[in-house]
Amino acid sequence: MTVAAAGVERIASAFASHGKRAALMPYLMGGFPSMDGSLAAGRAAADAGADLVELGVPFSDPLADGPVIHEAGTRALAAGATLHGVLRTCEELSAHLPVVLMVYANVVMAAGEDAFALRAAAAGAAGLIVPDLPHDEAGGLRAACDSEGLALVPLAAPTSTDQRVMEIGADARGFVYAVSLTGTTGERAELPPALADTVARVRASTAAPVAVGFGISTGAQARRVADVADGVIVGTRVVRAAGEGGPDAVGELVGELAQALS
Amino acid sequence: MRAPPLERRFGAYGGRYVPETLVPALDELEREWLAARADPSFTEELASLLRDYAGRPTPLYRARRLAERTGGELYLKREDLLHTGSHKLNNALGQALLARRMDKPRVIAETGAGQHGVAAATACALLGLECIVYMGGEDIRRQRPNVQRMELLGAEVRPVEAGARTLKEAVSAAIRDWVTNVESTHYIIGSAVGPAPYPALVRDLQRTLGDEARAQVLEAAGRLPDRVVACVGGGSNAIGTFIPFAGDSDVELIGVEAAGHGLHTTRHSAPLTTGGHGVLHGALSAVLQDEEGQILEAHSVSAGLDYPGAGPEHAHLRDTGRVRYVAVSDEEALAAFHTVSELEGIVPALEPAHAIAWVLANPAPGVCVLTLSGRGDKDLAEVLGR
Repeated sequence: MTVAAAGVERIASAFASHGKRAALMPYLMGGFPSMDGSLAAGRAAADAGADLVELGVPFSDPLADGPVIHEAGTRALAAGATLHGVLRTCEELSAHLPVVLMVYANVVMAAGEDAFALRAAAAGAAGLIVPDLPHDEAGGLRAACDSEGLALVPLAAPTSTDQRVMEIGADARGFVYAVSLTGTTGERAELPPALADTVARVRASTAAPVAVGFGISTGAQARRVADVADGVIVGTRVVRAAGEGGPDAVGELVGELAQALS
Repeated sequence: MRAPPLERRFGAYGGRYVPETLVPALDELEREWLAARADPSFTEELASLLRDYAGRPTPLYRARRLAERTGGELYLKREDLLHTGSHKLNNALGQALLARRMDKPRVIAETGAGQHGVAAATACALLGLECIVYMGGEDIRRQRPNVQRMELLGAEVRPVEAGARTLKEAVSAAIRDWVTNVESTHYIIGSAVGPAPYPALVRDLQRTLGDEARAQVLEAAGRLPDRVVACVGGGSNAIGTFIPFAGDSDVELIGVEAAGHGLHTTRHSAPLTTGGHGVLHGALSAVLQDEEGQILEAHSVSAGLDYPGAGPEHAHLRDTGRVRYVAVSDEEALAAFHTVSELEGIVPALEPAHAIAWVLANPAPGVCVLTLSGRGDKDLAEVLGR
């Protein structure tokens, strides 16, 4: 058995060799609409041209999420989703593409930072995104992730000061997740006007790739984001497809997004 | 005199576990509060509003008939007599002045029992600020009069229908609004919870009641009390009460949480008494959670205590042993609600009825100060409907 490439390397290679205008990273909620359903949706996304996948660990109080992802997490938990179950999904999906876990701070802390990093790495995760762990609070988990070869991906926001962006970018692992707008996750009719400025500030701060998420749902929006960024993250629209039409709808949607980025 | 620190951490507890989008606003709030509390024009305006508008200082009343049951001398700090009927106005007035100072024309707040919502709506009416209050659907049902008061005061009450439809979800909804509208909006959080600097900011604004109580009991009893008792939900009246006595090592400090149906059940609101530590609403503190870190629903007959977390400074004061935290059930609190009404002619809010129930169950000689954090008009329908 060969040792899998460290998570950070898998992420780097996904950004280097996607062959599109930008890497495509759909988000799926683990355990939604069911444990098997989220695995099937992840496989469909991989087959349809996703380069990485962001896999959400459901949490009772997801402060960064809008109503669609909040509801998906609530339903996943009500259906019995557990961290163990989501990590098994991660393990299966990681055979197809790099998996970045999106997990809230309390779920990490309940396990312990070191133990969580160990379990995530053992499940084949390439990285972690912790949306309520800003740079100032992230030192301990970053060290734990580093020792397991996991990328702790930081978030930068339009409201971040230049100095904060520089600190965030300097400590980035894997990529920087540039939040496109001030708000929670969810579909928006328009991309925010300050997007290019936000991405430019982040890019100037880091050697890592820059991926943009929040508020991106259509192929046309993805293509415009790809003009300025290295990666495009589509969350709520994909979760909605998983809920409404299952893996087939996810595959179709991801295929359209991949086409728009080709 | 050197200004006290504006802590981001209390021992291991506290911190700022929020989306990056909010961190610059928290930095700004910290800077502005440090500047405002050192600025005489700000502190004098706040002091004058607290005196002439809100009715400070509130009395420290010696409750002689109740003391026949509790032993010793019992003094009630009468925050129920403050304008709007609870201690919440101390914080809301200070933060609304701060919002105006920061040029934020829009204010949001969360509320459980409705007392903080009413206080925020009142302060915003006074200062001409737009006010939106998030309130769980279940709390809207059981605290109807306060919903009507907020609307009368010009605030918009937005129902929150997620989860158990109580205070936890109202705080989450307010934080999501703040993430979205942070540039125009100040979030007046109602308790000593949330990301730094909120726990320290709310404590600073609430300690006025404890400072008064300490001076008043020295005057009335001629000495420091043997024990000081306050109820704890998020813990704003309790932290304001305790901090002025924290350096008086002979004064026992007791925080009373809500045991709901009992600590042996899952239906309670007593994270300091029973809980582990975890992150809720931006702070590391005592929380009710399962082994995977999912936050559990709290329960209390009192909407203001019905919250699965408590302020981080309380968690620290518990660990250092300076404050003892205990819990009182729904039934005991309801009985105390009736006892105070009948013996003293004071209808207390269900929240401080928990503190009274504890002193009734634990009589002792000596001098006791108890913070009667609010009045019970809002609870009549809930209590009499049982």
